[in-house]
Amino acid sequence: MRFLLVEDNAKLAAAVLDRLALDGHVVDHAADLGMAEDFVEVTDYDLILLDIMLPDGDGRDFLNAQRARGADTPVIVLTARSEVSDRVGALDMGADDYIPKPFDFAELEARCRAVLRRRTGTATNVKRFGSVAFDPLAGTLTNGDTVITLRNRELRLLEVFFAAPGQIIPKPKLVDRLFSYDDDVSENAIEVYVGRLRKHLDGSAVAIITVRGLGYRLEVP
Amino acid sequence: MSRPRPSPGSIRRRLTLQLLTGAAVMAVVLFLIVYNFAREIGAESQDTILAASATAILDATTVQSGEVRIDIPYSAFTMLDNTADDRVFYRITQDGAGLTGYDDLPAARLDPGASAGFDTVTYRGAALRLATLSRLVSIDGTPARIDVSVGQTRDAQAEMLARILRMTVLLGLGFFAASAGLAVLAGQSTAASLRRLAASVSRRGPADLRPVVAEVPREMRPLVKSLNSLISRLSGALNRTEDFIAEAAHRVRTPLATVRAHADNTLRRVDKEENRAALREMIRAIDESSRAAGQLLDHAMVSLRADQLELTSVALRPLVGELVDRLRPLADLKDMDLHFDDPQDAEIMGDAILIQNAVRNLIDNAIKYAPPETPVEVALTANGGQATLTIRDRGRGFPITGTEGLTGRFARGENAADVVGSGLGLTIAEEVARAHRGTLTIANIDGGPGACVSLSFPLH
Repeated sequence: MRFLLVEDNAKLAAAVLDRLALDGHVVDHAADLGMAEDFVEVTDYDLILLDIMLPDGDGRDFLNAQRARGADTPVIVLTARSEVSDRVGALDMGADDYIPKPFDFAELEARCRAVLRRRTGTATNVKRFGSVAFDPLAGTLTNGDTVITLRNRELRLLEVFFAAPGQIIPKPKLVDRLFSYDDDVSENAIEVYVGRLRKHLDGSAVAIITVRGLGYRLEVP
Repeated sequence: MSRPRPSPGSIRRRLTLQLLTGAAVMAVVLFLIVYNFAREIGAESQDTILAASATAILDATTVQSGEVRIDIPYSAFTMLDNTADDRVFYRITQDGAGLTGYDDLPAARLDPGASAGFDTVTYRGAALRLATLSRLVSIDGTPARIDVSVGQTRDAQAEMLARILRMTVLLGLGFFAASAGLAVLAGQSTAASLRRLAASVSRRGPADLRPVVAEVPREMRPLVKSLNSLISRLSGALNRTEDFIAEAAHRVRTPLATVRAHADNTLRRVDKEENRAALREMIRAIDESSRAAGQLLDHAMVSLRADQLELTSVALRPLVGELVDRLRPLADLKDMDLHFDDPQDAEIMGDAILIQNAVRNLIDNAIKYAPPETPVEVALTANGGQATLTIRDRGRGFPITGTEGLTGRFARGENAADVVGSGLGLTIAEEVARAHRGTLTIANIDGGPGACVSLSFPLH
């Protein structure tokens, strides 16, 4: 997916860019509103992540101008201010959602997904392996004729596997992706979710293989 | 010696009293002036008539063949006639010896060289006004002094004075009454302009810090000016506090976000288990501190807003519905179902931002403390004049030792140590409830695991 990040703090922007790139997204970075205007003029984005306090103005003015112009690219506002004072303003001006800093990437991802699902609802990057089709946006897995609605953790787990088919993915990394850092979960908890996915994939050519002592691997035809 | 402090009292009463005293003094003075003037005029006119009468008698006095001859004209007495039937006395003397009239009638004292004198005497038991005129005549070449005294009782005079007295008293009373009425009006209108100013200030909402622009009398302008200067200083201080909170949040949260994002990214790349554990601890600590900072600043903002609560009509159903939608991605991350049961809407008077904050904290708690794949139920009911929002989860509930003190600042349940929290969520929710004259009730679900938290507000 193509993101535009409007954020004046270079260090934070670098970290967010890094993360979005890790997840396989394409991201442009605008350090101020002027740059952001230039970017949206020439590129269609799937989603804009917008900071509020920017050196050349208020992010909400940019949002307002965008909406007034009829541009309806979904916008998630990143706010570092007290939620008590900011939140209503951003949503009233046409933001699709907002997330207070500092944010958990898992939450940002979940919010992006929710916004995109609400706004477009269409499958844009469905991944297919034989008779199996995975739509991460809609959160569905199609196995032959059966369409399964995935729960959130199943969805995120499947995303990790589908992003790197054939590669061994260690259990601890899966734990990090699925659970928040304050959940004291054992790595065995992953097995429950892997078990469910295996059930969903039953009868297809796609399988999740346990690599003893190392982790799991997605086998595709 | 220190000057006596002016009594605070009531401006209206003081002003009215001062004006009334002034009016009373003026009425008495008016009375005295009019009464004395009338009495003088009355006395003067009697004197004039008495003198005219005496002159008429003197004019009718002739000397014939060495003898004084007096032919008193009729008119000399008719001019003294009046409605009061005052009695008239006269006496004519030649060089002090009585010629005719009442022998015992005294004469008014004449100043040396003067030809007329007036006096008030008591004669035969009545007050008598007396005029004595003197003239020299020549009897066979010898000068002789003829004195004519005419006296008249003062009944008519007294009657007239009594009439004038009555009229003057009425005039004085009327004057006083009119002044008193005006004084009360003046007092009232002065008090009214003060009251209008007070009303225009107290009618304002607590957050209305615009300057007072009410039209006031010139004397009150300094008061309005200093009031406006106070308002502008207060509003400046409040704005600075709000700006400070926002600025502090910004300054703290942005670097925390950077650190957290980097730690998160690094965790994705690092394989060595001890490094991963350290990074996880780091992220946990960042979450703790950012949560604490965020909640502290939110709490400060909530307290500020609660202190100057601005009430508008708030429909709870859309407000909670929007919040639930917003929190659903968070519940999704734990595969939790977030239900909102809203058979009816409920409208209350309140500050929407505060209520949102309170409800968000409560739902946030439910999502945080309950295990994955359990439901969180939010229900809105309205009855008995109360709108009640109930949030139930299937989590660990509150400690069995009781819920007491959990709404205190930084208080956390003894069974909550493993979950990141600031100990301010319930404090904020309770403060918001209290500011709206509502209540926050926290309890465990009967017979089952889970917490049940209710937030009640009086219905609009």
